[in-house]
Amino acid sequence: MELSTKTPQPLEKTSYELSQPGRQGVRVPDPDVPLTDIPADLRRTDLDFPEMGELEVVRHFVKLSQLNYSIDKGFYPLGSCTMKYNPKINEDVARLPGFAHVHPLQSQGTTQGALALMYRVQEWLCEISGFDAVSIQPAAGAHGEFAGILMIRKYHIDRGDHKRTKILVPDSAHGTNPATTTMAGLQAIELPSDKNGDVDLDVLRKACEDHKDELAGMMITVPSTLGVFEEHIVDIIDIVHKAGGLMYMDGANMNALLGVAKPGELGFDVMHYNLHKTFSTPHGGGGPGSGPVVCNEKLAPFRPGPVVEIIEEAQDEEDAPLYGWVMPDKSIGRLKAFHGNFGMHVRAYAYISAYGSDLPKVTQYAVLNANYIRARLKGTYLMPFDRMCGHELVIEGHWPDKAPGVHALDISKRLMDYNFHPPTNYFPLIVPEALLIEPTETETKETLDSFIEAMLKIAEEARTDPELLHNAPHITPVKRVDEVKAAKDLVLCCRPTVIETAEPVAK
Amino acid sequence: MSYIPHTDADREAMLKAIGVDSIEALFEAVPEKHRFPQIDLPEPLSEMEIAAEMEALSRFNVSASDYAIFLGAGSYHHYIPSLVNHMLLRGEFYTAYTPYQPEVSQGTLQAIFEFQTMITRLTGMDAANASHYDGATALAEAVTVAMAAHRDKRQKVILSPTVHPHYREVVRTYHQNRPVKFSGDRSGTATMLDLADMIDENTAMIALQYPNFFGQIEDYTEIIKAARTHGTLVCIVTDPVACALLKSPGELGADIVVGEGQSLGIPMSFGGPYLGFFAVKNEYVRRIAGRIVGETVDGDGRRAFVMTLRPREQDIRRDKASSNICTNQGLMALAACVHMTALGKQGMRRVAELCWHKSHYAAKEIGKLKGFSVDSSRPFFKEFVVTCPKPISEINDELLYHFGIIGGYDLGKDFPTRENQMLLCVTEMNSKDEIDTLVAGLRAIAAGDLHDHHHH
Repeated sequence: MELSTKTPQPLEKTSYELSQPGRQGVRVPDPDVPLTDIPADLRRTDLDFPEMGELEVVRHFVKLSQLNYSIDKGFYPLGSCTMKYNPKINEDVARLPGFAHVHPLQSQGTTQGALALMYRVQEWLCEISGFDAVSIQPAAGAHGEFAGILMIRKYHIDRGDHKRTKILVPDSAHGTNPATTTMAGLQAIELPSDKNGDVDLDVLRKACEDHKDELAGMMITVPSTLGVFEEHIVDIIDIVHKAGGLMYMDGANMNALLGVAKPGELGFDVMHYNLHKTFSTPHGGGGPGSGPVVCNEKLAPFRPGPVVEIIEEAQDEEDAPLYGWVMPDKSIGRLKAFHGNFGMHVRAYAYISAYGSDLPKVTQYAVLNANYIRARLKGTYLMPFDRMCGHELVIEGHWPDKAPGVHALDISKRLMDYNFHPPTNYFPLIVPEALLIEPTETETKETLDSFIEAMLKIAEEARTDPELLHNAPHITPVKRVDEVKAAKDLVLCCRPTVIETAEPVAK
Repeated sequence: MSYIPHTDADREAMLKAIGVDSIEALFEAVPEKHRFPQIDLPEPLSEMEIAAEMEALSRFNVSASDYAIFLGAGSYHHYIPSLVNHMLLRGEFYTAYTPYQPEVSQGTLQAIFEFQTMITRLTGMDAANASHYDGATALAEAVTVAMAAHRDKRQKVILSPTVHPHYREVVRTYHQNRPVKFSGDRSGTATMLDLADMIDENTAMIALQYPNFFGQIEDYTEIIKAARTHGTLVCIVTDPVACALLKSPGELGADIVVGEGQSLGIPMSFGGPYLGFFAVKNEYVRRIAGRIVGETVDGDGRRAFVMTLRPREQDIRRDKASSNICTNQGLMALAACVHMTALGKQGMRRVAELCWHKSHYAAKEIGKLKGFSVDSSRPFFKEFVVTCPKPISEINDELLYHFGIIGGYDLGKDFPTRENQMLLCVTEMNSKDEIDTLVAGLRAIAAGDLHDHHHH
């Protein structure tokens, strides 16, 4: 066969390439009012925008959609992301006109339905986590983390203790934890994990001693980012509290805790949820999320706001209470214009309503699914820890002796050829060639079995035909892409202006 | 069990494979004292019951689908072409994760790339990112970029008092523990000349809004000149709908342009999810927070897209990252991308022109009413300030009850000197009939003549 030397055609042209001068999209009506002059000195001369017909627009985006992998298409075991089924009814209810077309600045009296919904979501999130107070304003998990750390800092300042600026962060933490600390104007101190992947209590005690007067608190994920329940969580909390610090729980892994433990009862002071993980609001190709922050009485006055409260109790059984906006009295302030990602609150409300008192089953089956995969991959894949996992498991994507040269990335890419989305790779950072697998509770045993079969097959291929893995994926719309070129040539839009003066990334 | 598919047989087989007797046995690492707490939640509901309950709850709200709305102030009721929602509801888009694996995410990546392109064109900048949570948080992140661009050697940021009050609050929340001082907006009455005088060698950035919070198009020529002289970055908060008609912020001399993209195909949805956009001149590209998509090629030399400049981000730089942002507003950026493409070059301009003509018609008619005066000191785009003869809350209650109208924003809430002033917003969604009803309503309310009017 003769190889073509021509550059292959793009999968889909850009809208700018599909554009034809003079072609009209969706029609806009003519003015029904007398016209008013638009002064020429205010007007722009041109707008470089695509010009496409409506059908071409639809086909363009349908073609693009078909280049994506998605939960609706197949298994998406992306660790720490909780890619569970996103129920269709949630999309419908979020689009009800009485929710979708309500303006955030409408008066209290005209928005009682929305306020009641937000209030109930607030109450449920407190109940599930064992905390006393909540703000559902943060727009994403990282935003909720930011709120929590600002609250801890303000709590100390409010007590006249200005020196507490250090936050302890285990080396297994999500990158957002240290980044949040810096963003909040505090300093992160990294704690090395012990050989089991747990916090080393001696190291923790020493860090608390070394930074006694400067310790603001500690951020920790439960179950840890390694997918395991920290054995000494109550001791950790105790040690930090005794040193005058507060405990922040990263709630990214709440899918492993529903009905299993309440962070507020374990002794945590504050945590965030990710409604887009635990409560099934869609990931949307990178958001929108929602990152409510929940806390105990101590931190309640510092919550971002406003929050929804009952302004007037109901008079009798038939009557509804009057809901309204209240700013917590020592609030860190507003974190977002308006009131948070309400559309996500609506979806989470629908989701929690569906399970209700059965909500603990979510965690039970998520953990069952993860341990089933663990049990069946054991022996074929290296596992850094031989213990029961939570809702996700970390394995090592390499065989230094049997298949040198094969990496976690190769396994990830090869999984695409078996029509699976790869697990999270190279996180957590403390496990070599980490593959973090999170199946979620919504997958059937048959799906897990076929994923496991693919993983076992790949392990065999790694030994017998490593090139197959190195060159994977073979059946995806594009092959492995050149990330170095993207960063070097830096083309960030159609028909770009030349980037000449770009500064190097600061050291 | 709602969305859990396991049969009893599945569960038993899986427990056996794991080597335990019960699901409870999977949780022995959790301290016994705290294990399996009671959770007090309502009885589980079927899909049918959820649909009914939520439909009922939604009816307790007054919505713009039943009422005429003249409320804006940062959230706007614009028309959303039907196809936008159809594209958003494709599971391939909305049930995908952030496109970390480019081989199976080219759809999301190319859509973001096209979104970035259209944002740069609207704003007159060179590059844009994949989105922020909203316009307010985008402005807060602009402060971080400006501080870093001056290597943290400048401590002052000037906020124009005509920037949205929520945005100014959010900026202060974000930077409360950082060595930066905000000024310019406290008195609420500083003019552009006053602000220009405040700019000095220690000023990292000045934030302006265009059109401003009161809908007006202010003359920023002098203040931008003053900023240039002192090496101060100019950040302009803008309305993308206005940008389709008016000179771009880039043309005015902005270094950074941020704003709220909700007007681009996203419903008001009681305040979120919205879409913060962030665009810059070339020299600041590497300082942007958040995700950026770039063009490259795959192993066969085929054009492909990928998230780029990744080493700026939190998962790699950890405590050295300038922001912790990861999940942003991806699907909202897609909505805006589809919306802008569907309207196209002509449609975008025509929507903006409709806003201009209709708001000016409304202002002219209201200006004729006894007891009302319209602030016409400067040109405006789709919003304008009306001084009224009665408290705004009273007027709004009567507009709602008697005329079926959601009235304007009560400016007295944020600006003590603006008691009895209302910010009215008119978009392409407001028909001439609605505007005429508003005018008649205001006339009747001022005259105390409401017996003949009752809205059902």
